[in-house]
Amino acid sequence: MREISYARAGMEAVTEEMNRDPKTIHLATDAPPAMVEEFGAARVRATPIAENAFSGIAIGAAGSGYRPIVNWSMVTFSFVAMDQIVNQASKIHYMFGGQQTFPIVFRSSVGGGTNLAAQHSQSPYSMFMNLAGLKMILPSTPYDMKGLLKSAIRDNNPVLSFESTRLMGVKGEVPEDDYTIPLGVADVKRTGSDITVVALAWLVHEALAAAEVMEKEGVSVEVVDPRTLYPMDNDTIRASVQKTGRLVIADEAGPTAGASAEIAALVTEDATTFAAMKAPLCRVCALQVPIPYSPGLEDHVFPNRHRIIAGIREVMSAG
Amino acid sequence: MSASPELQREMLRQMQTIRRFEERASDDYQSGAIYGVVHCYIGEEAVAVGVCSALKDGDQIISNHRGHGHCIAKGADLNRMMAELYGREDGFCKGKGGSMHIADFSIGMLGANGIVGGGLSIITGAGLAAQMDGDGGVAVGFFGDGASNAGSFHESLNIAASWKLPVIYVCEHNSWAANTAATMTHGAADVAGRAAGYGMPGIVVDGNDVVAVYDAATQAIARARAGEGPTLLECKTYRHRNHTERPGAVDPRPASEIAAWVARDPIPMLLEQLKQQQGQFSDAEFQAMDDEILAQIEASVAFAEASPFPAPESALDDVFAD
Ligand SMILES: Cc1ncc(C[n+]2csc(CCOP(=O)(O)OP(=O)(O)O)c2C)c(N)n1
Repeated sequence: MREISYARAGMEAVTEEMNRDPKTIHLATDAPPAMVEEFGAARVRATPIAENAFSGIAIGAAGSGYRPIVNWSMVTFSFVAMDQIVNQASKIHYMFGGQQTFPIVFRSSVGGGTNLAAQHSQSPYSMFMNLAGLKMILPSTPYDMKGLLKSAIRDNNPVLSFESTRLMGVKGEVPEDDYTIPLGVADVKRTGSDITVVALAWLVHEALAAAEVMEKEGVSVEVVDPRTLYPMDNDTIRASVQKTGRLVIADEAGPTAGASAEIAALVTEDATTFAAMKAPLCRVCALQVPIPYSPGLEDHVFPNRHRIIAGIREVMSAG
Repeated sequence: MSASPELQREMLRQMQTIRRFEERASDDYQSGAIYGVVHCYIGEEAVAVGVCSALKDGDQIISNHRGHGHCIAKGADLNRMMAELYGREDGFCKGKGGSMHIADFSIGMLGANGIVGGGLSIITGAGLAAQMDGDGGVAVGFFGDGASNAGSFHESLNIAASWKLPVIYVCEHNSWAANTAATMTHGAADVAGRAAGYGMPGIVVDGNDVVAVYDAATQAIARARAGEGPTLLECKTYRHRNHTERPGAVDPRPASEIAAWVARDPIPMLLEQLKQQQGQFSDAEFQAMDDEILAQIEASVAFAEASPFPAPESALDDVFAD
């Protein structure tokens, strides 16, 4: 099968869906020339650097029959649009009694590893998870990116697509034919029997590398990728932990009130899963600080395969 | 004649310092000694230098993502700037900030900022503080034509005009915001025209003519110090280089447009002007000035290289104040 990059897979999802549905429109501060060429400047708009306004415009257009795809570029800039996301997009369908649908995709890159310092190295998805009314995807492979993003574009709700900066150039197999991946279905990226690592985005790859190392030491690691943060596939995660009895959660965001905390809660509040656990779980996350610039500082803050291995050893030795 | 020949020579020195600093920063970014991203101000030096030359110590400025020029023009130490770009302990931010976040609060440089439009309300707050202090201080916000479309621009200018705050809003209109032309995002050619709607003067000036910038800034600052409120000062200029120094990025700007502005490079323009003012400056003197600047840049790199990388655990410092 052909291989394409994670970034390319996202691009293909957008252009194919824009071909499929003439009601899709694209809003971003940068109008990709190839897309303007293909779909025209009316559907592919270069907006002013006014995230609050163009995110609100997307809500208005969505409520009036269009399917906007907004690209904030970095998640950093979503914060300028926070009022529209928190006070409007997440609630507008519910608040008005479900009268109108608001199909919108907001794309943004997340994560660090690029020495871009605190403002441009953020993974704030749990802030959005705390709101009701937003769906969100966090793909880890080109295949997942394309399939999930297509589902997001076809969904009738606001969907946030969080896309890992570190994975943009990573290549993987993606079929030519149209396919989608339903929102809310996790993927077991590697099966194992001794311990489950629930990993997000880039850390799926780090967890797979850690699993290779642990295999040589006779520890069988299962790697579960939730793929969507809301809806979260509780069943797949719980089933894996029920099988292995042990859990490490790996996330590039800080631990405090993070997606990792949500995953820990959904595992431990389920009686059957809790009863199957042989050891306390361990979270391998970024340190709880803004992300610093200098390489040694940045490396110190982010989790990686070595810290996942250390986390696995810790849990294995605890029971 | 507003700016004395002496001041003009000083302005030339500062402009050339910015240029040489950034040429070096770009080289060292390509070679891997500087990380992340570098946005160069080359071609726009007359704006920062013209405006900051009209300020006093104690006045405050704020910058955007393209901040080296504002820093140098306000008098920041080159060694500590370069050390920050190198990610070292002796950098202004102890290696936590890098190019997009250099600040030196001790000289009233309230920081570069990675959020377009992010500095505008902050500098308006610095203006409010200056007004309440009542000792004639002013605040200057530098931002691009792109930032002028952000909500924070409209909200800040309206408040500053309503409260007669001593703020000068300096729009560096270089016709492009990253890869998007201003013609696609602005309904009017001049940002300054909007000032009327807020109730403040809006001035358009040739941003490549440092003396013209200095004169316009001097007037706006005098107005602010006198308690008459803010001014929107739009400086028409151009960046000679791509949006960032990232290798391989496509520059969508027409070659003829770039060439026309490079032909109006603010540094040779000022040098020519000084040479024409009989006996005020010679090529040899400029050469000597440039040699001195290059030596300073070299020294700043040596300082940066000699400074240690911060201890990894220091990543946990300064999250909260004591
Ligand atoms: C809120 C926000 N949106 C988008 C960006 C990405 N971005 C960085 S610089 C830039 C262009 C800024 O243009 P302008 O304000 O004109 O300044 P110039 O780069 O021309 O000096 C953009 C879109 C950002 N940093 N912040």
